[in-house]
Amino acid sequence: MTNSVAEIENAGCIFIIGSNTSSSHPLVATRIYRAKEKGAKVIVADPRQIHVADIADLAVQQNLGTDVALLNAVMKVILDNNWHDEAFIRDRTEGFEAFKELIDGVSVEDASALTGISAEKIEKMAEIYAKADTASILYCMGITQHTTGVDNVKTLANLAMLTGNVGRESTGVNPLRGQNNVQGACDMGGLPNVFSGYQQVIDQASHEKMAKAWDSGKFPREVGLTIPEMITGIEQGTVKGLYVLGENPIVSDPDSNHVAKALEKIDFLVVQDIFLTPTAELAHVVLPGACFAEKDGTFTNTERRVMRVRKAVDPPGEARQDWEIIQELASRFGYPLHYESPKAIMEEIAAVTPSYGGISYERLEGEGLQWPCPDPEHSGTVYLHKDKFARGRGLFHPIEFKPPAESTDADYPLWLTTGRIFSQYHTGTMTRNSPTLSSEYPENFLEMNPEDARELGLRQGDSARIASRRGEITARTQVTERLKKGTVFVPFHYVESSVNKLTNPAMDPVAKIPEYKVCAVKIQKDTQSA
Amino acid sequence: MNYTTALTTCTYCGCGCNFYLEVLDGKVIGTIPCKTSPTNEGKLCIKGWNVHEFVQNPKRLTKPLIRKNGQLLEADWEEALDFTASKLKEIAGKDGPDSLAFLASAKLSNEENYIYQKFARAGVGTNNIDHCARL
Repeated sequence: MTNSVAEIENAGCIFIIGSNTSSSHPLVATRIYRAKEKGAKVIVADPRQIHVADIADLAVQQNLGTDVALLNAVMKVILDNNWHDEAFIRDRTEGFEAFKELIDGVSVEDASALTGISAEKIEKMAEIYAKADTASILYCMGITQHTTGVDNVKTLANLAMLTGNVGRESTGVNPLRGQNNVQGACDMGGLPNVFSGYQQVIDQASHEKMAKAWDSGKFPREVGLTIPEMITGIEQGTVKGLYVLGENPIVSDPDSNHVAKALEKIDFLVVQDIFLTPTAELAHVVLPGACFAEKDGTFTNTERRVMRVRKAVDPPGEARQDWEIIQELASRFGYPLHYESPKAIMEEIAAVTPSYGGISYERLEGEGLQWPCPDPEHSGTVYLHKDKFARGRGLFHPIEFKPPAESTDADYPLWLTTGRIFSQYHTGTMTRNSPTLSSEYPENFLEMNPEDARELGLRQGDSARIASRRGEITARTQVTERLKKGTVFVPFHYVESSVNKLTNPAMDPVAKIPEYKVCAVKIQKDTQSA
Repeated sequence: MNYTTALTTCTYCGCGCNFYLEVLDGKVIGTIPCKTSPTNEGKLCIKGWNVHEFVQNPKRLTKPLIRKNGQLLEADWEEALDFTASKLKEIAGKDGPDSLAFLASAKLSNEENYIYQKFARAGVGTNNIDHCARL
């Protein structure tokens, strides 16, 4: 997030797009409700009528994969009415002319046809957002999990810059991170292109710095493989061994039949986890690690706040601390590591990572620290881009609408989108092993508009067969007005009815994120188990 | 009876709520939300309130497993670590470091992710490291 969670409740306008906030980030949703009480205007744009839409001043349901068309039209209205922030654009940004040229060519009527949202509502959205003193954008995977994921995010950045809603309290472009430490895993260099603190592996100075710090320059100056590229590498025989740490790609990755086939074929698969996940079942070696309640360390949350994790109990049986397992493997591999504790590892992180330079366990007592926190005297950073952007001036990107990779047709006439539900989490490894949480929704379901259900002869609770070009699953029908006719929703937590057998592995060309949020399906009543 | 609490951070979504895990005689029995936490200010969602339940699930992995004749069988740590390290070394030696790939984890701590990528890069010699940030 560019800004912090607590700031949301003081925003004049909150624009929620592609985030089912009350379900996936309940404690962020609390701030939205409080802001509403204080008089904030709330805009929600989501293909489903999500719960937070119920308190919105304006809620719209755009067609799947049409976010750029919607946002460009909103910006067209803002420019046509001179609601943009000229001083901010002049003093803090560049590239405005080329961007404006593209927006000048946008037609609100065309956008209305593409998105399924009336021109009046698009105009109203523009007015509410642009006229607020402070407007904060909240987004999640509904924006990023598209072949145009990067375009979508850049378009949101354009909107915030156009109205001067960056670099001030209660503004910003705020991605809500879905996993407890996905921010930290990125910050720590769990990515093919960067070391910790986003120091580029292709940069010579960074390479030399890390080679010296680690007493080894073995790693190349070229970017490594992303997960989908690893899967392709396994299929083509160039990747022969895979070490999986606490992940479950068989359930979480798109076109999962394909992923399972690749993992069945690999020469050597080692999985370190806390349960025997479907991915672990295929492994040659399974190493039992510790869960969060059994370890000391730190997590970094969605607002860049580094917080302590403290050990409450011992791991079960012979399960070990994950850092100790990694250290043992590294040492036996021939690269001896000798850390005595997670605290000692954090000392090294602070030494080699500029944005974590001032972070230490002593300083994390209490509320934690938000990075960038470059030195031990620095009190952390509540919001980013205050006086200037990281790159100097904020860059406008002229972005044209591109349709999703897959479209509906006569064979696959319905749009499918996927996501989480409030009581489940990701691939269900933890929540489905938690009796209370599991009892909320013990089995998978398909949400569908009453008209679609009627046409297909499906009633509440009927078993439905859902097929895409890649696979087929069955799930129970939930008839709901929260979806528009023509669009259906299935959560992705259930391995026995894994919606990722259906999803499209087509990726954003830059971020390599798969298009989980859009694919074409056909649905029929499952006469065998109905 | 021995009752203790540990102040920690939730393992589910990215909100980063803080709570006390209640421990009775070595077992986690409940959670108490932390009122001074900047994110959750004394509140929790349904997942946070029940986060202790999976910890002691009897299906937790308690021993290393090695596949022998097609089946995953319990093994001791020495064997599992030696076998894993030697297989990784064999593959890297024969087909080069880039024939290995590493999946880091959005569930694990900063410290664990840091030494993991350090092992992949400085130990093995590959940048083939990614995690489910996109998924």
